[in-house]
Amino acid sequence: MSKTYFTSEHEWIDVEGEIGTVGITDYAQHALGDVVFVELPALGKTVAKGTETAVVESVKAASEVFSPASGEIVATNDAIVSQPGLVNEACESTAWFFKLRLSNPAELNGLMDRPAYEDFVKGLE
Amino acid sequence: MSEDPSTLARTPLHALHLELGAKMVPFAGYQMPVQYPAGVLAEHNHTRCAAGLFDVSHMGQAVITGADRVAAVEALVPGDIQALQPGRIRYTQLTDQQGGILDDLMVTNAGDHLFLVVNAACKAADIAHLKAGTAGRAEVAELTDRALLALQGPAAEAVMSRLAPEAAGMGFMSFRPLVVAGIPCLVSRSGYTGEDGYEISVPGGQAEVLARRLLEEAEVRPVGLGARDSLRLEAGLCLYGSDIDRGTTPVEAALTWSISKRRRAEGGFPGAAVIQRQLAEGPSRLRVGLKPVDKAPARAHTPITDTQGRPVGEVTSGGFGPSVNGPVAMGYVDAALARTGTPVMLVVRGTARPAHVADLPFVPHRYRKA
Repeated sequence: MSKTYFTSEHEWIDVEGEIGTVGITDYAQHALGDVVFVELPALGKTVAKGTETAVVESVKAASEVFSPASGEIVATNDAIVSQPGLVNEACESTAWFFKLRLSNPAELNGLMDRPAYEDFVKGLE
Repeated sequence: MSEDPSTLARTPLHALHLELGAKMVPFAGYQMPVQYPAGVLAEHNHTRCAAGLFDVSHMGQAVITGADRVAAVEALVPGDIQALQPGRIRYTQLTDQQGGILDDLMVTNAGDHLFLVVNAACKAADIAHLKAGTAGRAEVAELTDRALLALQGPAAEAVMSRLAPEAAGMGFMSFRPLVVAGIPCLVSRSGYTGEDGYEISVPGGQAEVLARRLLEEAEVRPVGLGARDSLRLEAGLCLYGSDIDRGTTPVEAALTWSISKRRRAEGGFPGAAVIQRQLAEGPSRLRVGLKPVDKAPARAHTPITDTQGRPVGEVTSGGFGPSVNGPVAMGYVDAALARTGTPVMLVVRGTARPAHVADLPFVPHRYRKA
C-alpha cells in the first residue's frame, strides 16, 4: 500500500516500495492557472531532495517543481508534455510528473501527511 | 512600491471585480484584477472571438488647455501633434534628453484641448513633467475623477452600437464625446489587444453602472490584466517598464513609425539629436519579435545569443501566446541580427534553445479602418 507525502512547495510524492511518484497539488495548479508548458527531467538523472527537477508554466509565469526526495528518475509522464492542460484537470492522479527510485527513504519523514498539508494550505488563505 | 493591500488604491470598479470573483493583485499602486474565474486562456480567447471588458482605470488621464498647447506638447514628444486633426488620436512617447522613453501615451486632439492617457506607474511623474515642460504655455490638469474601461474584440462595435449608435461609425484612432447608455463619456476607438475596440473614459461615479450595462450584453465578459498582457504581446505592442524605458529610444524600440517626417527633420523634442542620429545611421540594436522553435516559453530577461553563443541581447516580454498556441517573445538584438528569419538562441534556465527573429505582430491586427 502506498503512502502520500506533501511539501511546503506544493508537491506530492506517493511512495510504494522504493518508487516515489511526484506531482503538484491542486492548490499549486489552481495558483498557476492554465498550464501551457511542462519540462521534465531526463531518465536516469540523479536528483537531490529540494532541487529543481521539473518546470511547469502557465500563461502567467514559470514555476519550478522541486523533488521531494533524492533518487534516480525512472519514469516521466510524457502525456503532460504533449497536453500540459492535463495538469489542471488531474494534477493529483494521472498528471503526475516523474517517478524516482528513492535513495534515502528516511528523507520522507520531514514531509507532511495529507491532514498536515491541508492545515498548511488553510493557513495560506 | 508597497504590496500591502491596505495601502493600494482601488478603482471605481473594485466592488464589481470582487463580486465577479476576480483574483486581485497589486499593480502600479492599485489593486487590479489579474483574472476572473474563467482564467487567462479563456479570457484571452474570448477577447479574440467576441468582446472583453477591461478595467484600465489605473491609467492616468489628463487634459491640456491653452492657445499654445500643441507647440508646448511637441516640445516634450516626438509625435506630430500639429498634424493631429480634431477628433483624432496619436500614439507617442515622452522622451528625455538622451532620447530615452519616460513613458508612452495617447494624445487626442479633443478640439479646444488635448486629452492624454498615460501609464499608471508613470502618471505622477508624467503629470509633473508635463506641467514643468509646458509651464507658461499651457495648463495641465489630471482627471482624477474618471474611470477608463476598454471594450475589445470583434463584437465590440455591435455591443457599443446598442448603447451609443454613433460609435459604429468611428474610425480607428478617432475620438468622440458620446452618451453611452445615458452616461456622458469620452470614447476612443483604440486599444491594447490588436483587436478592434473602444476605450471609454467615464465619470468615476458612473463607471460601475456602465460596466454592469456592458456586461449585460451577451458577447461581453470581464477580462483581467493577465489576458491583457498576452493579448498585447501577441499584438507586438510595447509594455512600458519591460519593452521600453529610459534606456531605450523610440528608434531602438522600432517605434520610428510614430515619428512623422516633419518631426524627424525639425527635431525640437527632448533627445532629438540622439534620435535623429539613430534615424540617419541606424540604431545599434532593435526591438524584434522572437519565435521559439520548440514549446518552451522564454520570459523577460532571458538572454539572447547568436548561433555561436555570443550574447546579442535580452528578451523583454515573453510567454505563451494562446492565439498562436505557442511561445512568443520580443526583445532587443544587435541590429545586424534584426532581420526577420535570423536564427538566434534563447537561453532558458541555462539551456540554449533555438528561435528566430519574427515579424511583429504575431497575431494580425484587426483594427477598424480609419
